[in-house]
Amino acid sequence: MTATTTPARADRPTPASVRPRGGASKTKTGRRRSWMPFWLLLPSAVILIPLFGYPLYQLGLLSFLKFGQPQASAGEVAEFVGFDNYSTLLGDDQFWDVLFQTVVFAAACVVATLAVGAALAVLLTRIGKWPRLLLLFAALGAWAAPAMTGSTVWMFLFDTNLGLVNEVLGMQGHNWFYDKWSAFALVGVVVVWHSFPFVMISLYAGIESIPVSVLEAARLDGASTWTVFRHVMLPMLRPILTIVVIQSIIWDFKVFTQIYVMTGGGGIAGQNLVLNVYAYQKAFASSDYSLGAAIGVLMTLILLAVTIFYIRALRRSGEEL
Amino acid sequence: MKIRSLAAVAVAGIALAACAPGTASKTKSADDQTGTLKVWLYDEANRAPKEKVVNAAVADFKAAHPKVNVEVGYIPTDAGPRAEKMKGAFNDPNSAPDVVEFGNTDLFGYVQAGGLADISGDLATWSEAGDLPKDLKDTTLVDGKTYGLPWWLGLRSLYYRTDVFTELGLKAPTSYAELVEAAKKVRQAKPDMLGIAVGGKYTFGGLPFLWANGGEIATQQGGKYAAAIDSPQSQAGVKAYTDLFAKDICPPQQCADLTGGKTVEAFAAGTAGMAILPNSSRSAVEAGTAKGKYAVVPLPGTAPGSIAPAFSGGNDLGVMKSSQHRSLAVDFMKILGGKKYQLQMFDAMGNLPTLASARGDVVAKDPWLKPFIDTLNAGTKFVPKDAAWAKIDSQSVVPTMFQKVITGKSDVSGATGEAKTVIDNAFAGK
Repeated sequence: MTATTTPARADRPTPASVRPRGGASKTKTGRRRSWMPFWLLLPSAVILIPLFGYPLYQLGLLSFLKFGQPQASAGEVAEFVGFDNYSTLLGDDQFWDVLFQTVVFAAACVVATLAVGAALAVLLTRIGKWPRLLLLFAALGAWAAPAMTGSTVWMFLFDTNLGLVNEVLGMQGHNWFYDKWSAFALVGVVVVWHSFPFVMISLYAGIESIPVSVLEAARLDGASTWTVFRHVMLPMLRPILTIVVIQSIIWDFKVFTQIYVMTGGGGIAGQNLVLNVYAYQKAFASSDYSLGAAIGVLMTLILLAVTIFYIRALRRSGEEL
Repeated sequence: MKIRSLAAVAVAGIALAACAPGTASKTKSADDQTGTLKVWLYDEANRAPKEKVVNAAVADFKAAHPKVNVEVGYIPTDAGPRAEKMKGAFNDPNSAPDVVEFGNTDLFGYVQAGGLADISGDLATWSEAGDLPKDLKDTTLVDGKTYGLPWWLGLRSLYYRTDVFTELGLKAPTSYAELVEAAKKVRQAKPDMLGIAVGGKYTFGGLPFLWANGGEIATQQGGKYAAAIDSPQSQAGVKAYTDLFAKDICPPQQCADLTGGKTVEAFAAGTAGMAILPNSSRSAVEAGTAKGKYAVVPLPGTAPGSIAPAFSGGNDLGVMKSSQHRSLAVDFMKILGGKKYQLQMFDAMGNLPTLASARGDVVAKDPWLKPFIDTLNAGTKFVPKDAAWAKIDSQSVVPTMFQKVITGKSDVSGATGEAKTVIDNAFAGK
């Protein structure tokens, strides 16, 4: 269950492993189907399938049972209830509210993360050595800060009565978490702050690895800066962008720590719940492990659907991944 | 090749299907007379004095059982982390303690989770059992069996700032109307103070208003509970409490997400004219700037001179079902829960003893307790004695109801109606 309910940062590829693929590196292997690729995949499959498949299987199984605290520790037999947990969930207005605000919140965070990350990546290519190092270190600092620590520090800054921000703005007594969207905006800022460095560094590495000769050739042919960006750089960056976008969607959709810490588990009257926190509240606070598992399964399906849709859309536009 | 990999997948599938979700292995309890006895107690705000008393009790216990080690751990008191810790203990008996301290409202959920041992027989033979009042014993009963030893009581009363009240020519309020009036005057004269510190997440600060208006969370009909939180009386109580979250008393922006603990902090720090705090907050308040500048009266009810029924809070001691040292655990519980250490705990922490004779002693000794005893004698209330309360509590049903009204997301009848649905679902096991 932990595989889907905690936002794992470790599963992000390091920028070094993400390189734009040059057109020339592809070799033709002919039409004969070879088993070789499958043999090569075997070692990682042996590790990944038990590691991800088994928890997913348990999650799925749990979601079809009635499994609460009495079943977990008092030895009561878990009863198979079919799709009961799912129908409870889908019939609950709160679930749809939470789903809606999760989608809006995640979408806003993805767009903002990409915009900030991309803008700073371009900035990195344009500035001198020292400012670049400074920016890189600052970004790495934000990236390295544990979500828990980062959230707590930001929360202190925006504290109602003692926060530095209210002090500076002369707004003591203003509660940033009182209004639903103000609270979401603030948490969103922290989410972006935590995740833009990944985007920035990946894209920076991508931009840097575009051969200068290609850009020069384009300029010699009279291409404007915009044309160079749109028709030369963007296509070459697309594989990186794809990964960065998918990662951001998955990560922001599954955001947990920042919401849980900053809004005290879901905000005033639960107004800032997102799916992952909602699942936690159901599974662990209310001990309704099976209902929490059902939310986890739905989240997995939604993310798979979004990712598949996105990859298909890319393929249709003629870009091979 | 294809067949081989298919076979591998099939084998893996069968292996997976064999494992059902993790259920705690049923370790039988045992009665070892040696080894280490593990004890979990609450990590109160001021732990040092508590630890001192507990260590003395441990020394007493060791004198009788020299071959036994006692390991005392202190667990968080906040509802969330505490529940996680206890669930961990239920799900993994190997790392569970033998003796635990727990809030008296947690008992029903813990019993349903199969966590606590039935100690009816052990208490029946306890020399001090006769000193326990029946109404307190009743709070530890599930289906006629006893699962806890009431250790101390926490009753909430109204703390107010004597210096501020004197300065403004106010008297301690004796009715809800006077409370509102005094709170407004305090805030008007001192805009950086809350008239009264109340919190949207402070369940047991809000419920007395509900009870004072004749409301109930739920009523028992034929052994089954049904939510009564939307009755006209309950609605009047919810309105009375949430009306205190006004710009001229306790602004919603600042008070909507306060917990009970935060109101203690506010009062102790001198930023509130009044607060609804338990006797056990005494040491926290005296450690703050409010020290020496406050007094306590019972929380007034609706009619002048009446007392709002308080929640009869407090903590119990219990023995875990999975304990491998059952009789040692019972022995330790009896020592720590006995009169000698109840009196010491009062001196150290201000925890009101549960044993009638011990309570008589401390009340005679300490006039500070009078308002709490008056509140106790005026009649107290309790949460529904049902495992569903654990679910209602952990889903924050009551705080959510208060917060919806406070923030204007819902009116009183809407918010209480929603709460009723959730509470009834919890009783129905949904």
